[in-house]
Amino acid sequence: MIESKLKVATCSLAGCFGCHMSLLDLDERLFELVDRIELDRSPLTDIKELGECDVGLIEGGVCNAENVHVLMEFRARCKILVAIGACALNGGVPAMRNQFSLKECLEESYLKEIGLVNPQIPDDPELPLLLNKVHPLHEVVKIDYFLPGCPPSADTIWTFISQLLSGQPIALSYTQIHYD
Amino acid sequence: MSEELSFTLDGRRIPFQDGQTVMDAALAAGIYIPHLCFNPDFAPHGSCRVCLVKVNSRFQASCTTPAADGLAVQSETEELREIRRGILQMLFVEGNHVCPACEKSGACQLQAVAYYVGMLNPHFSHFYPRRPVDASHSEAVIDFNRCILCELCVRASRDVDGKNIFAVQGRGIEAHLVVNTPSGKLGATNFSIHDKAAQVCPTGAILTKHQGYNTPIGQRLYDRKPISVVGDVAHLPESRGGRRHD
Amino acid sequence: MAEPQSSALTETVCDIVQRHSGMPTRLLQILRDVQDQLTWLAPETLDQVAQELGISPNKVHSVAEFYSFLYTAPRGCYDILFSDNITDRMLGNRELLHYLCDRLKVDIGETRADGTVTVGTTSCTGMCDQGPAALVNGYTLTRLDQTRLDRIAELVESRMPLEQWPPEFFEVSSNIRRADILLGRHFADGAALRAVLKRGAAVILEEMVKSGLRGQGGAGFKSAAKWISCRDAPGDVKYVVCNADEGEPGTFKDRVLMQDFADLVFEGMTLCGRVIGAEHGFVYLRGEYRYLLPSLKATLQRRREAGLLGNGILGDPTFNFDIDIHLGAGAYVCGEESALIESLEGKHGVPRIRPPFPTTHGYLNKPTVVNNVETFATTAKIAVEGGDWFASRGTLESKGTKLLSLSGDCERPGIYEYPFGVTVRRVLEDCGARDAQGIQMAGPAGHMISAKQFDRRICFEDLATGGSFMVFDQSRDILDGIRNFAHFFVHESCGFCTPCRVGTSLMRDLVIKVHTGHGTLYDLDEMRNLGRIMQVSCHCGLGQTAPNPVLDSLEQFPEAYEQRLRATTFEPAFDLNAALEEARQISGRTDAGAYLLDEDLLLIGAMP
Repeated sequence: MIESKLKVATCSLAGCFGCHMSLLDLDERLFELVDRIELDRSPLTDIKELGECDVGLIEGGVCNAENVHVLMEFRARCKILVAIGACALNGGVPAMRNQFSLKECLEESYLKEIGLVNPQIPDDPELPLLLNKVHPLHEVVKIDYFLPGCPPSADTIWTFISQLLSGQPIALSYTQIHYD
Repeated sequence: MSEELSFTLDGRRIPFQDGQTVMDAALAAGIYIPHLCFNPDFAPHGSCRVCLVKVNSRFQASCTTPAADGLAVQSETEELREIRRGILQMLFVEGNHVCPACEKSGACQLQAVAYYVGMLNPHFSHFYPRRPVDASHSEAVIDFNRCILCELCVRASRDVDGKNIFAVQGRGIEAHLVVNTPSGKLGATNFSIHDKAAQVCPTGAILTKHQGYNTPIGQRLYDRKPISVVGDVAHLPESRGGRRHD
Repeated sequence: MAEPQSSALTETVCDIVQRHSGMPTRLLQILRDVQDQLTWLAPETLDQVAQELGISPNKVHSVAEFYSFLYTAPRGCYDILFSDNITDRMLGNRELLHYLCDRLKVDIGETRADGTVTVGTTSCTGMCDQGPAALVNGYTLTRLDQTRLDRIAELVESRMPLEQWPPEFFEVSSNIRRADILLGRHFADGAALRAVLKRGAAVILEEMVKSGLRGQGGAGFKSAAKWISCRDAPGDVKYVVCNADEGEPGTFKDRVLMQDFADLVFEGMTLCGRVIGAEHGFVYLRGEYRYLLPSLKATLQRRREAGLLGNGILGDPTFNFDIDIHLGAGAYVCGEESALIESLEGKHGVPRIRPPFPTTHGYLNKPTVVNNVETFATTAKIAVEGGDWFASRGTLESKGTKLLSLSGDCERPGIYEYPFGVTVRRVLEDCGARDAQGIQMAGPAGHMISAKQFDRRICFEDLATGGSFMVFDQSRDILDGIRNFAHFFVHESCGFCTPCRVGTSLMRDLVIKVHTGHGTLYDLDEMRNLGRIMQVSCHCGLGQTAPNPVLDSLEQFPEAYEQRLRATTFEPAFDLNAALEEARQISGRTDAGAYLLDEDLLLIGAMP
């Protein structure tokens, strides 16, 4: 092994971790992957502090202040930032709350929902504050690559990562591109 | 007069008859030009602009451009692909197109054309308009979030069904599809899922109830082959995942 | 349910529809008249109109929803709309707008709770040489200032009928500063009609060909070719349409022609009728020029009485021609000739697919000549004086003269008639624009030029124009103008085609982003790409030209953009901190975590 491994970080913002599940679906290809990359901050490593990375893979859209912080950090520390999955690309299912005002959403969840005990809208500083709308990543930071899918299949992710790591142009086949 | 009329499309000779448009002749020759508001059963509309081609050196919608002898038409160039992609991206950010939550996904013309032009992301900033869903009709549902204003349902209901159920109202970015009843509800009309208007929507805006997610992922209309091979959802029978009634 | 009220509604609508002979083509006119009586168009009113006309209610609703000056929500008895062109802004209209709203205690765009008054804004009303201007119930107010607004507020509060407002408030000056062959030479009414009767239509057409006259609306199509094509088109019924929908911000020369030279315009239309074989003409007058309607109708009547209009013109039993005036209702797109025809037919103004062109398939699908006001006026002169006379002025490709509407930063705004080929510099000298940094030529849809291009010439070979000429001096921020134009196109897009409907909004958002200091070089590239898509892919000229102000100014005034760009490589599309405000309010949180700090936000644009 002559060249040093590429450092890769991943995270899930306003997403469901489904894209990470798809990443795990690489199955035995994961062994090949860890030969070529070193994982930095990621739900898979439990590293909390993001180091300087070559590639950042982000799943999910941006729905609160913490998402903004994490995304900004990824942008600042990763040479290449990749938006993975429908939510990262267009807000996805979480962005369906954009049909309502934030007030309506919070009141529905915390004040009106049947069976609530001591109904109140949370104000704990520990909780990330919500943005009035959910946004895709490219509306907040510059994104270098987009990988659609809900989630993108393991095949798609593998093709993409292989091409990216080997410096080839990204070329996905027809069946590897889907929005759902 | 023995000489056959023809033009070239990406260098290939396309014969045509007087009165045909560039789109008509291309279709007849088996060549696909991506389109959304165009449906050969109706007079061309020219509003979606996705079928833009370069005719000699001018950009024109192929569905409204009369074919003429000797024209040099370009369609599958990177320049046109980029423009078409831009137009598709505009449609995606204008409405609320949440493919993972749409039962038309996989058999949606909007999605399939976006795949065809290589759209990987919506690129622009989203409008996230607030639009209603109308489930008042017993057989059909309208999700206005997915309407792209192609006016095919307007035309079908007015010109074929003779019911005149739909219209577009408002100007500019405020333009929107309406149902022609005082309540604005589909349930108050005599709309039927057997209407032509129920079979022409290129997106999931008009859906037949009680048959969502019938086809497993991987076997849906556009899962394996592109729309240029498969054809438009409006012209494929329901048995194959299309919208046309058998 | 108040029965008498609904029967009163039926009666009102019935009367008005009958006055328009129950013709669905008069729908827009009918709705204007109904609204004049009822102040707004309620759903039941629209349904009533549909019923009386025997057409589908959705057609009536579509029309009512389309035009800016038709209201489908309640409006005040006094509906005051400030003209919001950049030239009005240069004259301080925003301050006056806020001033009046404060005085009347009403929010911009809103109707006061007591239903007395609504105050809002509208696109350029064509009073750029005597602004700030406004419309009150559709009638033009000029030269607004605080004193005048104080008086207007009193008149509104006392519910004084408009007829009793001081007439000087409504005074519209012509401000003709330079006259040449069109405005300067006397014209004897009927001279062109006598000429065509004496010399024959074919000879007059030859004169038209020789004159080389091109459409003065700005598109520059040869007028003779248009007339010949319409004359030769199959069909017995043909129409002449005068496009007086002068909506391009900054232009007002057609208003002056209609005010001072209506005879000349009507004479040109009548001449055209004789040449192409049409017996009916329409003037499509923009709604903003409603104040001209009584005088135009009087002129038409006078011409009928003088035997210059109607049946048997000048005693020739085969020469029949009459003119109707249709009033628009606030839709710039109707200046596009096929949208104008749709509007004339009583529909909403969406441009048609072309071909076929109006000369073969125009009004009611009959062969139709649509020409601009200035073009018709010019044809009357050519019929009398000859094509060679006209062609002796101007340049090789642009014969004759052109009316320019000068406004903005100059000492003598108004109408200037020049032979084609005049340099921009000469025009600037004549109007007293000493300190110009740039000109918006031909309106927002035209070109923005900077001082290094002031030696360019106004003609079809170089700078084609419909006549709008707005001067920006060194004190102006070019981007103020660009932002104003971007809003204009959003408001005026008809919504038919994707790239215009969506693209105009995207472009406006990018312009605002840069104008407010949140843009980066990336956003300038976005503007260029978006503009390029719109230019080549939109259905009609409106969308194709909508990005012009941005694209031109990016090229001509790069510093106007660059000086307000962030040094970062990328900025969010929206204000992140503002996006947290709603949650802060709902939760009552003020802790550090409830805000995004500036140093954090700087990270966004920081790329390795």
